[in-house]
Amino acid sequence: MAEARSTADAGSAAEPLTERVISYAEAGTEAVREEMRRDSTIFYIGQGIGPRGGNFQQSKGLWAEFGEDRVRDTPIAELAQTAIGVGAALAGSRPIVDIVFFDFLMEASGQLVQQASTIHYISNGKFKVPLVVRAAMGNVRSSGPHHSHTNYSWYMHVPGLKVILPSTPYDVKGLLKTAIRDDDPVLFIEHKSLYGTKGAVPAEEYTIPLGQAAIRRAGTDITIVAVSAMAHRATEAAEMLAAKGISAEVIDPRTVAPLDKETILNSVSKTGRLAIVDEAYANCGFAAEVAALVCEEILDDLDAPVRRICGLPAPHGFSPSLVRRVLPSAERVVKEVEDLLQLSS
Amino acid sequence: MRHREAVTLKFHKDLILALYRSMTLIREFEMKARELFRSGKMPGFIHLYIGQEAVAAGAISHLRRNDYVTSTHRGHGHALAKGIESRELMAELMGKAGGSNGGRGGSMHIYEPDFGFLGTNGIVAPGIPIAAGSALSSKLRGTDQVTVCFFGDGAVNNGAFHEGINMAATWNLPVVYVCENNMYATEMPFDQATRNTSVASRGAAYNIPGIEVDGNDVLAVYETTLAATERARRGEGPTLIECKTYRWFGHHEGDPGTSYRTKDEIQEWKLRDPIEKLREQAVKSGWAVAADFDAIDSDVNRMIADCAEYALNSPQPDSETAMDHVYN
Repeated sequence: MAEARSTADAGSAAEPLTERVISYAEAGTEAVREEMRRDSTIFYIGQGIGPRGGNFQQSKGLWAEFGEDRVRDTPIAELAQTAIGVGAALAGSRPIVDIVFFDFLMEASGQLVQQASTIHYISNGKFKVPLVVRAAMGNVRSSGPHHSHTNYSWYMHVPGLKVILPSTPYDVKGLLKTAIRDDDPVLFIEHKSLYGTKGAVPAEEYTIPLGQAAIRRAGTDITIVAVSAMAHRATEAAEMLAAKGISAEVIDPRTVAPLDKETILNSVSKTGRLAIVDEAYANCGFAAEVAALVCEEILDDLDAPVRRICGLPAPHGFSPSLVRRVLPSAERVVKEVEDLLQLSS
Repeated sequence: MRHREAVTLKFHKDLILALYRSMTLIREFEMKARELFRSGKMPGFIHLYIGQEAVAAGAISHLRRNDYVTSTHRGHGHALAKGIESRELMAELMGKAGGSNGGRGGSMHIYEPDFGFLGTNGIVAPGIPIAAGSALSSKLRGTDQVTVCFFGDGAVNNGAFHEGINMAATWNLPVVYVCENNMYATEMPFDQATRNTSVASRGAAYNIPGIEVDGNDVLAVYETTLAATERARRGEGPTLIECKTYRWFGHHEGDPGTSYRTKDEIQEWKLRDPIEKLREQAVKSGWAVAADFDAIDSDVNRMIADCAEYALNSPQPDSETAMDHVYN
């Protein structure tokens, strides 16, 4: 996928002065490393994130540099891990809690939703909770029903919580640095399938503001909105559509809370059509939210019904053949978009 | 596990009167809150601390202002003992703009950074790992602040208890875990909730000291928690203290508390009133005289009248501010 820089991004990050190509995983460790060097109140805890460097190498080298005080392996206790992050944030630290597998956040979601995300409000602004919860989502290599979930929309529903889903190394680094500096609790969700992907990341310091979408591909016939790994899938589908003479614009919101509504609405006003590609289930999800937004704001601009192209509502089965059927493929996106265009032609 | 030895410290008058004052303030505050709740002027619901005053007073009075406390749904006593103004607390209970949290929190969500007060809590048990977090922060920031974590017997059979104390013990964190075992979790008797009814004995599971103490004896609570706090401050890790106590009233205001407890049992515990006990012990030992206590009583009564008036007169927050402070 092209490293197209968002137009909205122009004010926040200069073009890379020193072109480097690094991986999505390396971009994350670089962000954490630079921030931990800058601010001694930051510490990092999680399962297997110390000497091992994380299941996905997402914390590689941090333990060696910062030591076991600031980079701590925890027992398998997601609830306490997250609550410790809350308590430490209240006491003036800036904790990063790595849940590793996003599914496991369910064991601790009360700590994030009921404690971390409410305290600033109910304390009347007296406390802040600068906590980053980091986790990796998605079905890779048939990881089954306990290691594949993409239920990030649950957390979009929580006032006081910010939710980030980067799709490129550039975004991982810039957004993770922003998340660490943010005074609100932030859920930073990477995608397991993207850790090995590579992209241009400047050597120079930069951050990316939250709530600014990236336009991954410009187009005129239809707007496709997708985050995380599905932003790549949507771009792949857009290239296939281009070969058929259909011009799709792909928008990657990058952060779903806050959500860059303006970029989505402007694009759909221009194209008159909207599809949302999401690995997660359609009902009550991110796709439903984007669909509702467009219907509420610019219904008259639509030339066709909104289409949600989502993971099928089944638990994640094990066999690769089941996984293939359930997750949206580029071919399925192409087929559904063609179908949608026929409806409005 | 060990039982604490008989009180051997020489208690001085200032300390005795400070503990008495703290307990009396809590008692009278709660009686006033009960009255206001019953009059229909207090929204929501409240869980009264009456009967357990010795635990908050004894465990908090020796703390520093910047030490941390995590509290529970039954947390007014902890908040007052840590220093939150009674008028601000009462106004908060009434959802008023003049409350400690501007009326946004209420009884179960009291937060005050100026006193290291990390919240009462509407959920049972998360305070236990949250306390490990504030203690970890103190340790990493290189301060000698201690966190005292309160919870009831209802919390000890929750997973958060195990996860939190295990990590505090493993990382040798400066935290004092104070279980207020009032024998009932809502209406569930403790011996129906667990096969091991000694909370203190569970310290052994984490290889930390577990101490049982009479939670209605403020001097015993004071001595025991002071020793545990000093131990934590020296970097020697957490202690689990079980204070055996009793709430005089129901789980929350409106629950008579008599469908699952006998009147005889309630009466028996009222005869072990921690405030009366201290007063009798102090007079008998010559630490203070009746007039000292009477003076505190009238002072506290004045404060409570003032705090009720303040709370009643404070306006509700402007509804236009409902969306303030969702984010920083």
